[in-house]
Amino acid sequence: MRAKNKRLLTGLVAVGIVALAVVLLRGHTFAVLAPRGTIAAQQRGLMIAASVLMLVVVIPVFALTFGIAWRYRASNEKAKYTPEWDHNIVAETIWWAIPMVLITFLSIITWQSSHRLDPFRPIASTVKPLKIQVVALQWKWLFLYPDQGIASVNYVQFPKDRPVDFEITSDAPMNSFWIPQLGGQIYAMSGMSTHLNLMASQTGMYQGSSANLSGDGFSGMKFKAEATTNDNFANWVSGVKQGTTQLSNFEYDKLARPSKDVQPMYYASKDSDIYDRVLAKYMDPSDLKMEMQHE
Amino acid sequence: MNNLAANWLLGRLTLGDFKHDLIQMGGVLAMVFGVLAVIAGMTYFKKWRWLWDNWLTSLDPKKIGIMYIAVAFVMLLRGIGDATLLRTQQALSSGTNHGILPSDQFQQIFSAHGTIMIFFVAMGLMFGLINLVVPLMIGARDVAFPFLNSVSFWLFAAGMVLVNLSLIVGQFAATGWLAYPPLSELAYSPGVGVDYWIWALQIAGIGSLLSGVNFFVTIIKMRAPGMNLMRMPIFIWSVLGSMSLVMFAFPILTATLTMLALDRTLGMHFFTSVGGGDPMMYINLIWAWGHPEVYILVLPAFGIYSEVVATYSRKRLFGYTSMVWALASIVALSFLVWLHHFFTMGAGANVNAFFGIMTAVIAIPTGVKVFNWLFTMFRGRITFATPMLWFLGFIVTFTIGGAAGVLMSIPAIDFQVHNSLFLVAHFHTMIVGGVVFGYFAGFTYWFPKIFGFRLNERLGTYAFRCWLIGFTLAFTPLYILGLMGATRRLDHYDASLGWQGLFVVAGIGVLIILMGIGFQILQMGYSIWKRHETIDTTGDPWDGRTLEWSVPSPAPSYNFAVIPEVTDRDAWWAIKQAKPIAPPTYEDIELPKNTPFGMYIAAGAFAVGFGFVWHIWWLAAAGLLGALTMIIIRSTDDDTEVTITAEQVAADQAAYAKRRQT
Repeated sequence: MRAKNKRLLTGLVAVGIVALAVVLLRGHTFAVLAPRGTIAAQQRGLMIAASVLMLVVVIPVFALTFGIAWRYRASNEKAKYTPEWDHNIVAETIWWAIPMVLITFLSIITWQSSHRLDPFRPIASTVKPLKIQVVALQWKWLFLYPDQGIASVNYVQFPKDRPVDFEITSDAPMNSFWIPQLGGQIYAMSGMSTHLNLMASQTGMYQGSSANLSGDGFSGMKFKAEATTNDNFANWVSGVKQGTTQLSNFEYDKLARPSKDVQPMYYASKDSDIYDRVLAKYMDPSDLKMEMQHE
Repeated sequence: MNNLAANWLLGRLTLGDFKHDLIQMGGVLAMVFGVLAVIAGMTYFKKWRWLWDNWLTSLDPKKIGIMYIAVAFVMLLRGIGDATLLRTQQALSSGTNHGILPSDQFQQIFSAHGTIMIFFVAMGLMFGLINLVVPLMIGARDVAFPFLNSVSFWLFAAGMVLVNLSLIVGQFAATGWLAYPPLSELAYSPGVGVDYWIWALQIAGIGSLLSGVNFFVTIIKMRAPGMNLMRMPIFIWSVLGSMSLVMFAFPILTATLTMLALDRTLGMHFFTSVGGGDPMMYINLIWAWGHPEVYILVLPAFGIYSEVVATYSRKRLFGYTSMVWALASIVALSFLVWLHHFFTMGAGANVNAFFGIMTAVIAIPTGVKVFNWLFTMFRGRITFATPMLWFLGFIVTFTIGGAAGVLMSIPAIDFQVHNSLFLVAHFHTMIVGGVVFGYFAGFTYWFPKIFGFRLNERLGTYAFRCWLIGFTLAFTPLYILGLMGATRRLDHYDASLGWQGLFVVAGIGVLIILMGIGFQILQMGYSIWKRHETIDTTGDPWDGRTLEWSVPSPAPSYNFAVIPEVTDRDAWWAIKQAKPIAPPTYEDIELPKNTPFGMYIAAGAFAVGFGFVWHIWWLAAAGLLGALTMIIIRSTDDDTEVTITAEQVAADQAAYAKRRQT
């Protein structure tokens, strides 16, 4: 009776947990598992493949653990007891070999995917990539469109099915540039230019954020990434161009001052050397003047 | 002029540094009252003399071990308190609600949580258990350098005080537990927080390094006759591996912290983003220490599981030679994987792939160990005492966490979960499920050897259940949140993301873990109260296999009345199976005298740290000079040993034999 009650209770708890999980998770996006771009889709594929490979080990280990623990419990006098049996060359060879084989498979996957999904690697496409320069500031993201001559803050737009080459640096502590539904992240570092090549396969509005702690306003350092059609993108660009605000180098210096939870902003035009100036600021060891401004 | 004098006297310390808001004040009050209560209690019961003679000045590794564990347990309370605040903030701070903590405080708390849990809880428990058990297990009467051991402990304690002092005076680092530059440089963190972090770790880290040398030499040089390397218990092998990692990894930490301190105090440019500094170098260096550090912590836990499984399965450990080679390969590999902590820095595909593969390769020896443990249980007679429960809990959590780890070893997958809560869940699974469960198992297992009575089993089981359930509830939601795109260290998020429910569940998990800790405190109290019911008269309550069970419980200060001869891996098991031998002849035993100099040296180191944090240069100089003086005075003292006569030993043994019969 007692055992039965226990089982009933365990069952109820399990059902309760599943129900709770459904209620909590219903209707929300599993960003990493709901890719809307080619890179994120491949990364999810990899994740699933590797997980399946892992289950080949995890399931037997769980089964063995509980099977053995139950079977050889002290109260089970019927079970065999061999207190001096302490090695078996065949068995040990097997469990050195099985993980080795699995890890060999995994290594091949690792090697190939590291090259195929290298963030710096341009995405093969017939369409010319769109270049967007990204500057991490305290605490907002600045997007510069070198070919369109516009700029925006905490909002970035690009057409779907066109490769986007994000060129990323920082005028702030290190950040990490991440749009989970489009693909994995890369660090934004001062004096460095990293690249992240992504391509959206569907139109939509996606969450973007910084994944690396960058100081006080870090939590608000997020942006919207919108994938649109070619036409809508062209419209958006010309719309922004009709605005009046300009991102001169002078304006940039004002923008670069620390601020938190910044709403999206748009600049109809910009000085063309902003990105290079930000980069150069940290590259010349003798240029200590800039540091004085910081401190 | 007045100002100048104040500057000279107090550096940058002002009255304003004592100001706190409500929540900080709560922490400060809890801490101050805790310390005051202890002082008052000690005075009321007139225990100062006892404390000084028996504990603070002791060079007995068993006593030092207990002090390590006591400090680590108090720090566990602080660390879990921090964790509770963090999860409370995250459970509340969604949408228009901004929770209870401002960003800066939230960031200080998670930085303190990580720092304290790794350096002052995990390391403290580890060195505590090593101190308690290693000499006993290898048939030695002491460690190689007993005085150095005391210095190590007191440096650890000085670092601990410095970390906690930051709550009362000034602030702590708000940079995360590894203080990446350029955020941790003066340009972005001008306050004293990062300096507290640097000097607390520097002082405690040097203590760890000295301990590493000490126990490495102890194991190499002081084993009982007959215990060749391949007869050492696996726990000893695991400690040997761990200590060799300490000796290679901790100097890197010391050097890295020194460079960061030079940047911050003398305006140098090792890691600044301007002036030719290279923050990426720091990140490489800190992980060249940081990754081995993970193995420093987990290897001894593996060793504990090996002892526990063999004892409670009443069977020899399966695949001893495999185990040794697995340990050795983990030691070697642990220095070849550091870059997996920052695949996202943008090294080329070849570099990332190499480090990814090396990381996955570590899964092979680790997997081998798991199978060897399972086959130790196979055809055994298993009793499910609490240490065994911790072991089974470990197998479950560690396998899941390990699988998540292998996933992340693939750089292309890591890009999608790096710095997300998925990563946070992964490393907590490894460190709580692997390291902490292991140390709890070891503590319960060896407790009677040190204190002479067993811990209450029932309350231990309750504690285990709370920990396991709480742990599952606290970290499963984090895996899910990570896949939903939640990054770590967020003090606020949009309500539309739908994360709040999961954060609430994680918070409930933390509360259940707190209950588990409550049961552990209760277990301790109850077991002391009812100690007469569980007294261990045999010295061998679990029918153990290794030498520590051959001596009385609690172990005498000299450990072994007669140094044993080792003929088998399971040395004590073999002795028990053999015919009784002729009555032993005892001889005089020399043990080190108590000395407070370890404490004095650490006090000097503390003054150096505090002086550097607040730029009180006279204090730093005085501390350094004081510590050096103490070292010289101690080094010239020739009268450092005390003799226990053969008659005394014989009398002890006779009393013990009598106790055994009743």
